[in-house]
Amino acid sequence: MAKTHVTASINGDVKEFLCEPSDTLLQTLRDELGLTGTKEGCGSGDCGACSVTINGRLVCSCLVLGVEAEGTEIETVEGIGASDKLHVIQEKFLEHAALQCGICTPGLIVSTKALLEENPDPTEEEARYYLAGNLCRCTGYDKIIRAVMDAAETMRGGA
Amino acid sequence: MSEAQEFKHIGQRTIRPDGHDKVTGRANYAADLALPDMIWGKILRSPHAHANIKGIDTSKAEAHPDVFAVATHADIPNSDAGGVLNILAKDKALYHGHAIASVAARTEAAAEEALALIEVDYEVLQPVMSIEEAMADGAPLLHESLMTKGLAEEPTSPSNVASRMEMNKGDIEAGFAEADVIVEREFRTATVHQGYIEPHACTVRYDEDGQSMIWCSTQGHFGVRQSTADILSMEQSKLKVIASEIGGGFGGKLGVYLEPVALILSKKSGRPVKMQMDRDEVFKGSGPGAATRNKVKIGAKKDGSITAMEAHLYYESGAFPGSSPLGPGCMTVFTPYDVENQYVEGFDVVVNKARCAAYRAPGAPQSEYAAEMVINELADELGIDPIDFRLQNAAKEGTQTMYGPKLKAVGLVECLEAAKNSDQYKTALKENQGRGLAAGFWFNVGGDSSVVINMNQDGTGTIVEGSPDIGGSRASMQMMAAEELQMPVDSLIPVIGDTQSLPHSNPTGGSRTTFATGMAVIEAAADVVSQFKERAAATWNVTPDQVEWKDGVAINTSGDGELTAAQICAAASRTGGQISGRGNINAQGAGPSFAVHLADIEVDPDTGQTTVIRYTAIQDAGKAIHPSYVEGQFQGGSAQGIGWALNEEYVYNKDGLLENPGYLDYRVPLASDLPMIDTVIVEVPNAFHPYGVRGVGESGIIPPLAACGTAVSKAIGIWMTELPMSPPRILKAIQDKS
Repeated sequence: MAKTHVTASINGDVKEFLCEPSDTLLQTLRDELGLTGTKEGCGSGDCGACSVTINGRLVCSCLVLGVEAEGTEIETVEGIGASDKLHVIQEKFLEHAALQCGICTPGLIVSTKALLEENPDPTEEEARYYLAGNLCRCTGYDKIIRAVMDAAETMRGGA
Repeated sequence: MSEAQEFKHIGQRTIRPDGHDKVTGRANYAADLALPDMIWGKILRSPHAHANIKGIDTSKAEAHPDVFAVATHADIPNSDAGGVLNILAKDKALYHGHAIASVAARTEAAAEEALALIEVDYEVLQPVMSIEEAMADGAPLLHESLMTKGLAEEPTSPSNVASRMEMNKGDIEAGFAEADVIVEREFRTATVHQGYIEPHACTVRYDEDGQSMIWCSTQGHFGVRQSTADILSMEQSKLKVIASEIGGGFGGKLGVYLEPVALILSKKSGRPVKMQMDRDEVFKGSGPGAATRNKVKIGAKKDGSITAMEAHLYYESGAFPGSSPLGPGCMTVFTPYDVENQYVEGFDVVVNKARCAAYRAPGAPQSEYAAEMVINELADELGIDPIDFRLQNAAKEGTQTMYGPKLKAVGLVECLEAAKNSDQYKTALKENQGRGLAAGFWFNVGGDSSVVINMNQDGTGTIVEGSPDIGGSRASMQMMAAEELQMPVDSLIPVIGDTQSLPHSNPTGGSRTTFATGMAVIEAAADVVSQFKERAAATWNVTPDQVEWKDGVAINTSGDGELTAAQICAAASRTGGQISGRGNINAQGAGPSFAVHLADIEVDPDTGQTTVIRYTAIQDAGKAIHPSYVEGQFQGGSAQGIGWALNEEYVYNKDGLLENPGYLDYRVPLASDLPMIDTVIVEVPNAFHPYGVRGVGESGIIPPLAACGTAVSKAIGIWMTELPMSPPRILKAIQDKS
C-alpha cells in the first residue's frame, strides 16, 4: 500500500513525513522522526508512557494513527523546556526525586503539563485521577504527586 | 566506621546526574537504538499451555519477500547451554507464550506477517496449572525425566516436583508442646509479574570477524554476555554488551529472552536486528513471580513468647525445574523471630506457566506473608499488641538464623519502635477500616563489583561502573566518590561501562549495588587519592606519607606547598602518566535490612472494594546515601506489595491460557489507587561497609502482603488467606460468613 504524505507541526517545527496507513503516531514519532523520548510501554493505551498532546489535547500516541497528525500541532517531551532551561515541571521532578528508572517520566511530564494547563490549582486527588493513566511501577507515585503539586504552586507564582 | 562519622555529601539530596536526560526524553532505553540497515525480529509463541511439537515448517515464512532470516531451536549453536529450552522450544511447548520460532524481516509488520506463515504441528496435552494438579497421582508430566531432588530416598519414577528442601533448628515438637496457643493456616498467593513499564528489547549486530554487539535493557550486561556467548558458542571477548538505560526490572531483567535469538537472526541475515516484546509477550513470555501455597503453624505461651514455628512451602517454578525462589523463601520465612524451635520444608513444583524469574526479594514476600499473617492472628488470640508481640520475640544481634549465620547488628527492634511512634499507629480507625502491621526480612547480597575512576586532565573524573542503574544508583556512586575524594559531586560523572570496558560485575539485584558497587567506588576513589599523594610527593621531593589530602587539595605537611586535583592531573604526564583508580572487589558483609509496614485499609462491605487510606513504610538503611532514593525504594516496594496483595494475578482459563496479558486486566496500582506513602529511614549501620550502608531495594516489598492482608481481615472480621484480595474474593468471604 502506498505511503501517505503527512505534514504536521512537531514541537513547533513543521515536519513532512511518510506514513504507512497502519502506522501509529507512536511508531511515526519514534521510528520515522527519531523522537524516541516518547516511550512504548503497552501499545494499548493503558500505561501512558507514550503521552503526547495533539492541538493541546492529551492522548496516548499508540492509539492515534500517524496519518491523523496531518495539519495538527503535536507536542512531545522533547518540546518541553528549553535547551538551556528546564521547564518547572521537569525541575520539580528532579528536585523531588520523582523518577527511578525514568521510563514513565516523559509521559508523566507531558501529562502533568496538560493537567496544569487545564487546572492550575489541582487538589491532590484531582492530580492523582488526572495522572491515573500514567503507570509508574517504581515510585509508588508519592514523589511524583509531590513534584506535581509543587510545580503547580510554583507555576501559579506561589512560594 | 562509627556512628558519629560526619559526612559532607552522604545524606544530601543531590540532583541525580542522569536526571536531566530522563526528564527531557533524551535518555536512551532498550528500544531507542536504530542501526543502519537494521531489520526487525519477532517471536512466534505457543498458543497452547502444554503440547508436543511434532514439526515446524518455516518454508512459507522464508519465502516471504521481506524476510531475511528464520530461526528455530535447530539454529541454536549450543543446544546444551543453560536455559536454552526457554529461549526457543525444542520438542515441547510448556506454556502459553513459550517461544517456538522467530523471523527477521524488513519491518516489524512484515515480521508479524511472516510469523503467521510458520506452520507448527502441535499435539495438545493436558495442562498442569496448580501445585495440586502437578502433585496429584497420575498428573501429566512436563518433563519425562524429572526426578525429585532432595528426598530422603532416591525417587524411582519422574514427577512434577523438582526438589524438596528442609531446614530446622531446635526441637519443633517440644516447642509446640510448650505452647498455650497454636495458630495454623494455609495461604495462597497468585502468579504475579514485576510489571516493569519498559518491555524487553534489544538491538544487536553479529560480526563474524570482530566485535559482535548487543544493546539491551538488563540488570546485568555481563550476565547477558555470558549467557548469549554460551548459547552461540562464542568467546566472551567477541561479544560486547552495552546496557541501555533500563526501564524497570525488579528481578525480571536478570536473564535473557530475546538477545540470543536476535544475535542468531543477525548472524543468519548479516543485518543488525532489533527486537522488542509487545506488552502481552512480556506477560506471557518473560518470567513472572512464583505462585505459592504455604502452610504455617506457630505456637506461643500466654506471656507472649513464641515457642515453635513450622512452615511447609510449595512454590510454582513455572515450566522449568529450579526456577522458583524456594531457597530464599525457606530461608527468610521466620528470620524476623528469635525463636529456638523452627522447621521449614519446601517444594519446587513445575507447572505449565512461564518460567519463574526473580521478583524483588524473590521468594520472601510469599513465605513471610504466611508467617506474618499467623503472627498477627496469634497476637490477637493472645490479646497482645502486634508490635509488642514482635518486640518480645524480635530477631536481634546474635539471633541464630535457621539457615546458618548468627545475625550481626540489625534494625528490626528500631523499626518496630518507629512503627509504634508513627502518626499512623496513633490515628483512630473508623467503621469498615482495618489496620495491619507486618515485618519483612531480606538478606541483601554483595559479590563482584568492578569500578574504575578515570581522572581527566582538568581534574574532573569519570566513574566507570559495571552496575546498570535501575533507580538512581549513579547519584549514590557520585556522592560516595565525592565523599572519598573530597571533591565536588558534579566534578565526578558516573557512567555504566560496557562489558569490554570493565571486568565482570554481578548484576543489579539482591539490593547489592549501592552496597557492593559503592564499596568498589570507595576503593577506587581511595586509590586515586593515594596516587594524588604520590604525585604531589614526587613534585615536592617528599614521601607520600608527608602529604595530606584535604578538601580536594594535596598539602605538604613537611614544608610549603599545595596542589589541587586539577594541578596534579594537569601535570600527570610529567609525573608518571595519567591517573586512574581501580576498585575490583568481591564485596563481603552485606547487612540484612528489616522493614516494618503499617497499612490502613477501608473495605466497602457491599462491593468488596478496598481503599488504602494510610500507609507507612519503615526500614533499616544502615546509612542512607541519598535519602530521597532510599525513601523511593521503600515507597516503590510498598506499592508493588499493595498491588500483589489487593489486585494483581495471572488469570488462566481451563486450557491454561493466560487471559489477562495486559495492563488493563492485570491491574497494577495507579496514582488514584494509593495514598501518600509515609516513610521512616532507620539507620543501624552495617559494620562491614565503610559508611554503614545496607541494601534497601527489596525488603520493602515483603511486609505489604501481610500488612494489607491483616488490614482487610480486620476491616471485615474474617482472616483472609488468599491473595490477591480482589473485590470478588472479599465479597465472597463476607457473604460466606453471613
